[in-house]
Parts: sequence; C-alpha cells; structure tokens
Amino acid sequence: MSATKDIRLMKGNEAFAEGIIRAGCDGYFGYPITPQSEVLEYLSIQKTKERTGMVVLQAESEIASIHMVYGGAGCGKRVVTSSSSPGISLMQEGFSYLAGAELPCLLMNVVRGGPGLGTIQPSQSDYFQAVKGGGHGDYKMIVLAPASVQEMYDFTKLGFDLAFKYRTQVMILSDGAIGQMMEKVELDEQIPRLTDEEIIKKYPWVTTGKTSDRERNYITSLDLNPARHEILNRKFQAKFKKIEQNEVRFERIDCDDAEYLFVAYGSSARVCEKAVQLGRAKGIKIGLLRLITLFPFPYDEVARLAKQVEGILTIEMSAGQMIEDVRLGVNGAVQVEHFGRLGGIMPAPEEVLNVMEEKFIKTKVYA
Amino acid sequence: MLETLPITKEEICKPENLVYSRTHLMTDAALSYCPGCGHGTIHRMIMEVIDEMNLQADTIGVAPVGCSVLAYEFLNIDMQQAAHGRAPAVATGIKRLMPNKFVFTYQGDGDLAAIGTAETIHACNRGENITIFYVNNGIYGMTGGQMAPTTLPQMKTATSPFGRNVETMGYPLKITELIAMLPGTYFVTRQSVHTAANVRKTKKAIQKAIEYQKLNKGLSFVEIVSNCNSGWKMTPVEANKWMEENMFPFYPLGDIKVPK
Ligand SMILES: Cc1ncc(C[n+]2csc(CCOP(=O)(O)OP(=O)(O)O)c2C)c(N)n1
Ligand code: SF4
Ligand SMILES: [Mg+2]
Repeated sequence: MSATKDIRLMKGNEAFAEGIIRAGCDGYFGYPITPQSEVLEYLSIQKTKERTGMVVLQAESEIASIHMVYGGAGCGKRVVTSSSSPGISLMQEGFSYLAGAELPCLLMNVVRGGPGLGTIQPSQSDYFQAVKGGGHGDYKMIVLAPASVQEMYDFTKLGFDLAFKYRTQVMILSDGAIGQMMEKVELDEQIPRLTDEEIIKKYPWVTTGKTSDRERNYITSLDLNPARHEILNRKFQAKFKKIEQNEVRFERIDCDDAEYLFVAYGSSARVCEKAVQLGRAKGIKIGLLRLITLFPFPYDEVARLAKQVEGILTIEMSAGQMIEDVRLGVNGAVQVEHFGRLGGIMPAPEEVLNVMEEKFIKTKVYA
Repeated sequence: MLETLPITKEEICKPENLVYSRTHLMTDAALSYCPGCGHGTIHRMIMEVIDEMNLQADTIGVAPVGCSVLAYEFLNIDMQQAAHGRAPAVATGIKRLMPNKFVFTYQGDGDLAAIGTAETIHACNRGENITIFYVNNGIYGMTGGQMAPTTLPQMKTATSPFGRNVETMGYPLKITELIAMLPGTYFVTRQSVHTAANVRKTKKAIQKAIEYQKLNKGLSFVEIVSNCNSGWKMTPVEANKWMEENMFPFYPLGDIKVPK
C-alpha cells in the first residue's frame, strides 16, 4: 500500500479507461465515436501491452467489437467495449448472443441524443434500450449509472465483479456530460490480470482447449430442443431474479424528512442534487433518490418513499423513460410527473426546482 | 471365391490389422447433414489433422450460423458458436487473448461472403493469425436453398426460381480471390472433397494452414468448394457431377496465394 493517495484530475472517459486497466482487464475492443473516443485514445497511449499485458484493438465496427468481446469472454477473459448510442445500437446483436451464452463482460454507453445520428450532446434517451433489452430474446443486463468521474472509475471494478459473479453483461450507462467532464479521481492499486491457469481453475466452463481431464467445452446460445431451451430460459430468469434480490443500489439524498422527491440518475441526478439544496434553502423539504443500478431497479425503495412524499418528479434527459419504472414502483400511491430536456440540453437546477414547485407545491389545494 | 477364403471375418477384424479408423476428435453424435453433403467429410478432415498434429488441447474452433451451426456437437474440441457472419471477429477476440492457441473458423458462403463480409475482410486484412475454413456450396443450405452471394449466374434457387439474373441480383462473389489480394493473408487455397484424391489435397492444405498459424504467419484461408445436394435438388452423385461441370470452372481449384 502506498502511503499517499493517487489522486488525479481526469475526464470521465479517461477515468473509465484507467479503471479497466487497474481492474485487471485483459482486452478492450472498440470503435471511435463521440463523445467516448477518449476511451480508445487513452488506452492506446497507455501502452497497455507493456503496462499490464492488456490487449487493445480498434475494430472495423461496433458489430465486430462486440463479437470480439464474445470471443474473449468465452475464454474467461476480462473484456470490455464501449461506445455511444449509435454504436450501441449496432452492438445489440452481440448483447443478445452474450446473454444467450451467459458470457460475462463490461460494456459502457456514453449516451448521446437520438434517434438516428441525433446529436453528440449528452442525453439519457437510451434507458429503455439498456434496461428493457434492446436485442432479441428474454434477457437483462446489469446497468450501472455513474453520476461522477469517480464512479466512472469505481464502476469498472464493480462491473467486472458483478459480471463474473453472475456470468452476465454489465453495462455502465453514462452520458456525454459525465464522459466529458473533468473531476478529481482517487485511483486504486493495480489489480493483477489473472493467468490462464487461474482462469481455468476459477471458471471451468471456458474454452481454452480441451484437455484429457475434462469434456469439451462449448459456448453457444443455441438449443433446438424446446423442452431444454425452456429450462435454459428459466435458468436465465432465475439469475435475473437473484440479481434483483441482491444487487439493487441507490443513494438517498435528504430523503428522511422529504415531502417532495426527485428521482434521477447520472447527470440529471447531479442537477437534482443542486436543486435539492436550492429548495431546502427556500424551506421546501425536497429529497432525491439517485438510482445507481437501473437494472435491478429499486422498486421497493420507490414504493417506500411514495408512501412518505406528496409528489414525485422524475428528471431525465429524455422524453420520459425511467418514469415508467418509477410509476411501477409507486403503483398509484402518489402523483408522479416527468420533466426532461431533449436534444442534448441539460436542465438547470433552478429549472427543475421550478417545475417541482409548479407541479406540486403552488398547485397544492389546502382543505 | 468367398467360401474358399482361408481367413474369417473375425480373424481380419483385429486391432493389429487396423489401417484406418475414425478420429476420436469426432464425437459419437450422428451428423445432422444430408447424406452426400460435403460438410461431414470436411469436419473429419480438419479433425484428423488436428489429431495427427496433437493439437486437441490447444485448439479453439468457432462454429458459424449455417448447416454447420452445430459443429460443436460433432467436433470433440473446445468451440464457440458465433452469430451469423461474426466468426472472424469472435476468432479475433479469442486469438488476441490466447495467442498460443490454434484458432479457426468454419464458415459457409452466406456466412462469410454476405452477412460477414466486413468481419472477414478485416480479419484477413489485419493478418489475424487464425485459419478460416470456408465451405462454398453456392447456396444457403440451412435456410432451405436460397440464393447466396456465390450462386452461379442462371442458377436456380428458392429466391432465384427463374435463375440468378446477374443484372438484377448481382454477380457471384469470388471472395477468395479478393482475400488473396490482402497483405494480411499468407496462404489462400481452394480445394474440394468430392473424390479421394481431392480429400488428400484438402488434407495437405489444412496441414499447411495449421503449420503457418503455428509459425505466426498471419491468416490462412482454405476454401472448400462443396455440394449441397438438398439445396441444389439433386442426388449426391448428380450434385458432384454438377459441381465439377459448373462450380469448378467458375471457382477453379488450386492454390491462389502461396508463401514465397
Ligand atoms: C442475422 C441472421 N440472419 C439470418 C439468419 C438465417 N440464416 C441461417 S443460416 C443462413 C445461411 C447459411 O448459408 P451458408 O453460410 O452458405 O451455410 P450453409 O448452410 O450453406 O452451409 C441464414 C440466412 C440468421 N440465423 N441470422
Ligand atoms: S442442406 Fe445442403 S449444406 Fe446443408 S446439410 Fe443438406 S446438403 Fe449439406
Ligand atoms: Mg452455403
């Protein structure tokens, strides 16, 4: 252990890149796209091959990147790709196959506005795609939503741990603001990459060459036998259920005595945090439920808070996606409204506070 | 005369008299291919070579989407099943992270030369140190005989029922010639397995391809022009004859790029 802390000023994308190196990543495959190109650039200049032995490869497309990830993950390696919205759309095929073959890997989407080429400015309009599926078939992936550059770094190790704990994909759902902004980050010691021997011991399912002491291993998402395939799918669902039971993460900010509640994640949560301070300075008891995992979604916590507060306002840089899950959790217990900016515009704290007051407080009818 | 032979069947079938047997690198699963199809022979050739070169413990294969999608059921080696066309990307991921393993893809013409063109060209162009086995039967076998990028002009398929009109449906793609032009490929050859002599040649080509991968020479590409008697709607014998008369003139057998 070093005596002094290793603290640096970094962009979110760079913190992610440094994070995967230090978390013992074996391979990164990616394709440039704004606003996340710094990831591949940072990894390229780091000479990772010399630093830790990590492979970094620029692929010919996001389709190729994600299938390279598939190949590496099938060998039990810690593999990563990242992109931004249009590239993530291309990867959906791969996500579905990774889910079907139960391969662990870490993904990041630095979300920009859509649909189509949209804009390169930050957005949160890929929530449905990340949380509800995106690719074909019944599957989920763990979705982590960083709200700071520090979390862009921290969620890399957490992401690998969760991915291998459950043999699942983990996506860091960031956005253009978190990816591009600079903040201080506290770095950890380098975690050594696993050796092939360690991988084979830890993960007996990997394809590393059939030795005489075991049956052949194969990685596939195919099973043409309906009865077996139903059992397999039920196994997937049981895994997602277990994730829902064990891995819900959120942060309660000034929630204990809150009468009004923001629900938000990522950049929007940062905006809301400031709005909570502004509101409290005016004497309004506002709190913020900041979501850290989007899948699994903290339905129970939302339900608890719904019984306590007089109104919930969800803030998203989208036309309203996460609000559907919030309403599922609230289940009609209290009024839930959405406010969002589109086109790559971030709302201001005063703006969201004003909406809260307009929707719930000024219109309040006193008996 | 049989009845006058001085030796019985039991006396012949002894281990010491064995001259040829199935490699243990083929599993006991019954092949799902149509009788007469080339896929089974090609599987066996590749497995025989891997066995003879003692590479079972060092081999990772990538199965495609196509009739050979279940190759991992038949080949007694570690394998990964890839999405349609993506085998070269999957193999790239494997080989880059496991550089000491022997990594190959096994792909059909639809898989490799249509949906997976980009992955194929770029893996070849990067000189990925892998081996691609490319089974060209001029048709989409698995999905029931639709037109492939390799379907010959005027050839009838389920989606070119009046024959492939090149003016509206495009020309057959000689992707192997294209791949041979790329600096990343080291050895590019086109073979077949429809006669014993051709099987022997194909086996040699497979041996070379594996040797070159061991020597880190870059990408080796072995095309095998094969039949699809079901898709072509012919008997196996007719299919092989048709292949000789129609496929080979357009896809001539032999080495296309050999190391200097
Ligand atoms: C994305 C996607 N598109 C289409 C298919 C359907 N499909 C399965 S196999 C195949 C064609 C296979 O033809 P080829 O690669 O020539 O192999 P063959 O069966 O002839 O050996 C197609 C189109 C699929 N599985 N996935
Ligand atoms: S459909 Fe064609 S390629 Fe497929 S197994 Fe039958 S003969 Fe072979
Ligand atoms: Mg074919």
